[in-house]
This record gives sequence, structure tokens and C-alpha cells, in this order.
Amino acid sequence: MQRIGVFICWCGSNIAATVDVEKVAEVIKSEPGVVYSANYQYMCSENGQQLIKQAIKEHNLTGVVVGACSPRMHEATFRKAAEEAGLNPYMVEIANIREHCSWIHKDMDEATEKAVILVRTAIAKVKLNAPLTAGESPVVKRALVIGGGIAGIQAALDIADAGFEVDIVEKNATIGGRMAQLDKTFPTLDCSACILTPKMVDCAQHEKIDILSYSEVEDVKGFVGNFSVKIRRKARFVDETKCTGCKICMEKCPSKKGLNEFNMNLNTRPAIYIPFAQAIPNVAVIDPTQCIKMKTGKCGICQKFCGVGAIDYEQKDTFIERQYGAIVVATGFKPIALDNFNEYGYADNKDVITSLELERLMNAAGPTNGVLLRPSDGEHPKVVTFIQCVGSRDTSGCGKPYCSKICCMYTAKHAMMIREKYPDTEVHVFYIDVRTPGKNYDEFYRRAVEQYGVDYIKGMVGKVYNENGKLMVQGSNLIDNEQITIESDLVVLATAIEPEPSVRKVATLLTASIDTNNFLTESHAKLRPVESPTAGVYLAGVCQGPKDIPETVSQASACAAKVIGLLVKDKLKTNPCVASPDENMCNGCSQCANVCAYGAITYIDKEFRLGGGKTEIRRVASVNPAVCQGCGACTVTCPSGAMDLKGFSSKQIMSEVEAICKM
Amino acid sequence: MKDVELKMLERAKELLASGEVARVVGWKKGDFCYDPSPAVFKTVEELENGFVYDYFCGANLSKYLIDVSKKEGKTAVFLKPCDTYSFNQLVKEHRIKRENVYVIAVECMAKLDIEKIKAKGVSFVTGVEVVEKDVKVSSLYGETTLYKPEIVLEKCAVCNKTHQVKDEEIILHERPVRDVNRFAEVEKLEAMTEDERFAFWKEQLSKCIRCNACRNVCPACSCIKCVFDNPNSGIAAKANDSEFEEKMFHIIRAYHVAGRCTDCGECSRVCPQNIPLHLLNRKFIKDMDGLYGEYQAGESSEGKTPLTSYTEEDKEPNDVFNGEAK
Repeated sequence: MQRIGVFICWCGSNIAATVDVEKVAEVIKSEPGVVYSANYQYMCSENGQQLIKQAIKEHNLTGVVVGACSPRMHEATFRKAAEEAGLNPYMVEIANIREHCSWIHKDMDEATEKAVILVRTAIAKVKLNAPLTAGESPVVKRALVIGGGIAGIQAALDIADAGFEVDIVEKNATIGGRMAQLDKTFPTLDCSACILTPKMVDCAQHEKIDILSYSEVEDVKGFVGNFSVKIRRKARFVDETKCTGCKICMEKCPSKKGLNEFNMNLNTRPAIYIPFAQAIPNVAVIDPTQCIKMKTGKCGICQKFCGVGAIDYEQKDTFIERQYGAIVVATGFKPIALDNFNEYGYADNKDVITSLELERLMNAAGPTNGVLLRPSDGEHPKVVTFIQCVGSRDTSGCGKPYCSKICCMYTAKHAMMIREKYPDTEVHVFYIDVRTPGKNYDEFYRRAVEQYGVDYIKGMVGKVYNENGKLMVQGSNLIDNEQITIESDLVVLATAIEPEPSVRKVATLLTASIDTNNFLTESHAKLRPVESPTAGVYLAGVCQGPKDIPETVSQASACAAKVIGLLVKDKLKTNPCVASPDENMCNGCSQCANVCAYGAITYIDKEFRLGGGKTEIRRVASVNPAVCQGCGACTVTCPSGAMDLKGFSSKQIMSEVEAICKM
Repeated sequence: MKDVELKMLERAKELLASGEVARVVGWKKGDFCYDPSPAVFKTVEELENGFVYDYFCGANLSKYLIDVSKKEGKTAVFLKPCDTYSFNQLVKEHRIKRENVYVIAVECMAKLDIEKIKAKGVSFVTGVEVVEKDVKVSSLYGETTLYKPEIVLEKCAVCNKTHQVKDEEIILHERPVRDVNRFAEVEKLEAMTEDERFAFWKEQLSKCIRCNACRNVCPACSCIKCVFDNPNSGIAAKANDSEFEEKMFHIIRAYHVAGRCTDCGECSRVCPQNIPLHLLNRKFIKDMDGLYGEYQAGESSEGKTPLTSYTEEDKEPNDVFNGEAK
């Protein structure tokens, strides 16, 4: 006979304000199998847990149902409490009467009725629960960092400093990411390269860090502690082990028309190139779309001049497969395409540029050697107009609904730097709001206005058009309630940022969830901000949401702490809620193995008795419980229902559905 | 057709007599001219007494190989073009032991539907003779000539299938590719309002007597233990449904065979109530083609299938509205 105990949590007023918890506990008392029912202010508190433990012992409970918050919050807490009282931890079920009930209802009667249904459903399930025992799996003491920008670099350095091996996979030819393209960094105006490149060098020199540049993650198998990752090492047509970075190939290359991606296509580079002076690794790469030798078969000049014989036009992509215990995703961002914003004339006017392009124009290593010159005629602009929120906070569907968070600060930085370097230049900034929370941020912005005399105009720009070689910026000044047109020489668009598009593939490979804006989802917005809901996957930098460098670095270090915490363990407890087949019903059709993302299912030939002394050899599925993650894909694929999931059996789910439908 | 039948019989006898195969799966004569049934022939005598191959041999023989391919010795089987798709699908699912089967591809020429002949007012049929598109149907009441395209099985009317498997062949004619749209009926259903569609299926499925013929004949429904026979599955019993209970059976069945159904049309052919069950499967096939790219189950005995594999090009769930791909 089942002896179920039910514990209804108030969650302070979170549940109790909308759900009549006493009534729920009272009504549930008459449910078949329920021998004890109580309610308490905070079930997760020490006292609340004590209540559960005591009831298990006193009433000899065989199963426990806790009506409380999401199992993602406190399932582990209550399982542990049950275990301490001598009950198998998997005999505990949670009825989520907070997120699924009190938080989404206003009417108390309705919410109470629903809470009762949810608790009944959990009771129906727990009655079919079976005691389960967790297994163990070993942890591979090596981490993978996907993306070699400042987020990836910081995470890798911190993990490596703790003594663990780290691989950085970077899709570009060098690490450094977006930060390497920046000129100065707010709010202190240090030179970006001066603070970034030492970290890049640290990575290169760290004995625990292996930089796999010009590489992409191709396939991911396994699970927390035991990922197996296939990495594509793209052909760079230059032997990384031989190239000394002398750059003679760059000088001699006759094809110099390739657009320089590092300089935001503002100038050109040779077909064989090192992206920038401090690149790590300092190794050239050939762009096969520009290389004359590779296009026509004739040339080979770089090969002739290379003193170490590093050039290999025949090089092919290669693949390596490595094992990791943890994975950090730090894939970064890109500015959005401006195709939907014709009103700003970006496509038609060379002197309408994005902020990232301005960074390169201001940078000493950029196309103009740091002298601010207009792209159209190389003249000094005398009037520069900035337009903020281009594509950010846009609910029209053309841009992004979110605030890109960094634009207010970098625009203030740009405006200030221009006024500092060229005091005779007039600088205007159109803004919706200026958002500068952060240490020393508002002071920074005020300096731009008060000390540098930047003209901030509250209002949106409707149109930028070219009139006799001048850029006419037509907008509204909401403070003075007037329409204004500013004759400008240069227009800078503070373009919204979005996650680097390759993150979608990475997320798919990792089965990490992603939101509607392609930002990776964290496990808990407040309490687990650097963990993906997929165990063993961590998030650093803009791939998780817009953020600036200080925040990115903090998050990367937080990630590293989480990774280190995982890698120091020798073994992880595995989830006992795994799939297992009823061999008597298994057709051996392989459909479950086809859908298994973890490679947990294999097939064995097994002898079955047919009766009458006859036997038959049949091909049947076999699940490796150490590899199975309990996702349940196999159970729904199996046509005969032979595959079932422990702790979430089809029967349990059907009985839950029935309990709901009974109302 | 007679010449094909003779060649098949000759070859079957040869294979059995020489001991190359232990048995032959083919069709045997029924009580009437229009009801030949699948059979396993083990001796030359059995073949001489009962073997038949004519315009009523519509039955798909693939499913029978699940059992016989496990037995000792090789099995020869005659497969029409459409049957070879089911055969491949079953090989893919490791249900048929391919190495134990010898496939003889045979001409089809489109099979006749006795129900359609009856619907033309001709009953007590005693024989048919096909000349091009004319079918001379003899019955106890005399002779009638019917137009063949109007009385072929539904699966034959829209067929463009070719043999996907053959160890040898007995084929006399080349078959031109025809311009047919097997989804025409599905499109009509899609064009209906939800209420109209519901009414259509309610009328059709209410006829179901739950004889299980569709399931038993279906090559994709070959589970060792069917969920409808398993009291633990929770769906073996009839549901409490005020509308029409049999919809559950047929919808569950359509889901179970989705992605594996080769559209062999056996379900509709054997239905004693003439329910157009193939339309459920075809709707699924059409949707899958739209969502994941064109795919014909059974075209190969290897490779990935749309519902059990993932590609980056796959439509996301939120791209699908009202069952239509965006």
C-alpha cells in the first residue's frame, strides 16, 4: 500500500497570495494513498526540510510530493532531504504550483483549483515511481573554449591558471576578436590593443593552452564531463609550424585587392596575409578567392620567397577529435546588416559609416593610420553627426527589440575623442535616451557633454541624404520641439549588435538553447547566469546577451570558476533517469539509435525462447546508462513502445494526463 | 500477363527443383478469380496446383518476408515495383534478412480493384481479359467492357514507382513516367475548412469496424508487439470518446508509420469498409516533403530518414503553422 506525504509550500507570499495553500493541503488529504498532508511557509528552509524528514519517518512514507516552485529550483533539495530520512530520493515528485500556477493566475479560486490538479497529477506520478540509484561517470580534465575573443581568452587563461588543459577554437586566423579591432576602451580610454595583446600573448605562451585558430567545431557528442568534439582545422595553405610571421609573402604578393576584413573592408590586403600586426598565432593565411596561384595555377611568388617553405597550396582541411569535460561558448557578436535602414543612406554614401568602421578610422594601425579622414575624399570632416540606436530598441521589425547596451558609451567615447583630437570639429549626437549605468560611466558621458562640448540632441533621425556633397541629417529635436537638418561631413551609425551568426550551429551541436534573438539562454537569468541549461556548457560574452568589456571579462572569469569547479571533480553522479528497452517488444529497427544524440544505444543479438523448445536470435537495443542523458527522444520514436524512460515512463506520463483530465 | 505468369512459374519451379531456394513467396489462386492471396510454396507440386499471377495480384508480399527470411534456406520472392519499397524499408529496419532473400522483380501492369468493378455494376465476376486500356470483364451475367484506368487500384492509378531491388527480373515492357499527382486528393482535403474536414473524416472513420486488416497488412506495422495489443501501452482499449472513437486508432497508426510508410496503399486496398486510409499517410508524406525536403521511404535500404535525423535546414517548430510549412 502506498503511503504518500504531500507538502504544500507557501513560498512566502509567492504562492500563498494566489493559492489557498491550506485548502490545497486539506483537499489533498482525501486523495487515495495520501496519509499525510501539510503546508508550510518555506518548504525549502531548514525547518521545512525537517518537516518532510520527520513525516517520512513518523508516517513511514513511501512517496513524497512537494507542491512548490519549479523542480529546477529545489528538486535536488527535496530529494536530498528525503534521502537523509531514508527514502529513495527518486520517490520525490514536485508539483510546480508557483511558475505554473500562482505566478500566472490572479484569481485565487482558479489558482487553488489548478494547484489541486497539479498536486493530484504529481501524486499519480509518484505512485508509479520506482527507487533509482545514480551511477558515476569520469570527468575529462580538459576544457574547450569556442571563440577566441576577450571572453574566450579570459576564460581560457583562468581555467589554464588553475592547472587544466584548455583548447581555444577560433574560426578566424587569429584570436583577439572584436576587441582587437577597437581603438580606445571606455571609460578609461586605454588603448584596446595595449591591454588585449598581452593577454593574447599569455594565451600563446601558456603551456596549458592550445590555440586552434582558423578552426571550427564540426560535431559534438557526449555529455557533461565527457564531451567528444570533432574540430575542423581549415586549410590556411600555410604550414603553421613553419611560418615565422616575417611577412615577406605579404610584401611580395601581387594580388592586393582582397578586402581587409580586420579593417571593416575600408582598405585592401594581399591574398596572403596576417590579419594584424599582433596576431596570435603570427602566421599567414591565404585567401583562396584572391590568390592568383590558386585561381589560375600561375604565380607561386610567396612560395618562392618564403624562407622556411611554409606555403602549401595543396593543403586540405583536416579534422581532429578531442575529449573535453566542459565547454565554454564565447562566440561573440557582429554589428547588424543595415539593409533595412535605407533612410540613413549607408549603402549610398561612403561617408555614412558604422561605429566599428570609425574605430578602424581612428586606430593608428587602421587604414588612415589613425588620422580621421572621410572615406570618400580623404578630407578631415568638420561636422560629424552620430546617430544612436540604429537598429536597437526597434520594435518595427527592421532591427532588434533589445538595447545593444554598449552604444551610448562608445558613442560618447567617439565624440569625445574627435573633439579631443580635432577641437575645430563640430560633433552632434542624436539619441533616444542616454543609458550609462556602470562604474564611472555617467561621469564619462557628462565629460563628453560638459568638458568636450559635444552637442547631444534628443530625437530620432528620419533621413540622411546627400546634397551637393554634404550629408544632410534630418531629425527632430524633441527638447526644443523642432525639426532640424544638420549639414554634416561624416555620419556615424551606432549600429545594433547581434550574436555572431555561427552561434546557431554551435548551439545546435551543443543542444544549448537559444532565444528569439539568437542569444544563448542561461540556466537562470539571475542565479545561474553563466551556465547553459545544457550541463557542462557555459556562456561568456555577448553570445549570452549584449555587454561591454568589463562585464564580458567578469562573466568569462565566472565561467572559468564554474568550469574549474567541474573539472576538479574526478567523477560525476549520473542521472539514473535513463532509457531502457523491453527486449521482448524490441523490433531491432534502429530508429532509437538513429535519434539518440549521445550515441548511447547499440544493438546486440540475443536469444529468445519461443516456446515449444524453440529459440530465436533477435537483434535488440541496448542502452549504455553511463552515456544516456534521459532526454527521451528514443521513447517517443520507438514504434512499439519498447523503449521507456526510468522516472518518466510512458505509464507515469499517461497517468499524469489522466489525473489532469479527470477534473 | 499470361506470358509473365508462365515465365514466373517456370522460374519458381526451377529454383525450387534445383534447391537454390527453400521456398517461393508468390500468389495462389483463391475461391474466385479476383481474390488470389499471398502464399509460400515449398514444392513444385504446390506451385503447379496453385500459383497464379494476374491482374488481381495486388497484394504486397514484402511483409511476409519478415518471418520467412528468418527460416533456414533462401527464399525467392516476386516483387512488383511498389513492393520493393516496402522491402527496402524493412531491410533498413533490420526486419528482413536481405542475404536470405532472392528477389525476382516482376512486371505489374497496374492491378484491378474488384470494388471499383463492382461499383460499375458488374458483380459475380468470373474472369477478366485486358487489351490495352479495355478490360473485358466476364461475369455470371455475361460480358462487359470497362475502361481500365477507372478500375485500377488507387495505388496503381497514381503509381510512378520502379523496381528498387532486383536479383533478377521478369519484365516485358518499359513503363513510361506518367504525369500524375498522388497528392491531388490530399490537396482537396487541405482546401476544406476544419469543420468540413472533420466531417469528412468522421463519416469515413465511423465506418471502421476495427477489423485490424489495415494494420495487419501494413508492412510498416510489423512490430513484434503492437501497441494496440499491449494492455500496458494505455491505448489498447477504446477511448472514451463521444465523437467517433476509431479516429484515435487510425491517427495513432498514421503517426506510427510516419516517415516509414512507402505509400504502398495496402491499407486502403484491404479495408472492407472502403475507407481511404491512404489519405492520412499521404498527408503526412506531403507535409514531410514540404518540411524536410522530398523523401520517398524505401527508395533505399540505407541512409537517414527525415523524422529520425536532423539537419540545419530542417524547419523549426515555430516555422510550422496549421500544419503548413511557412
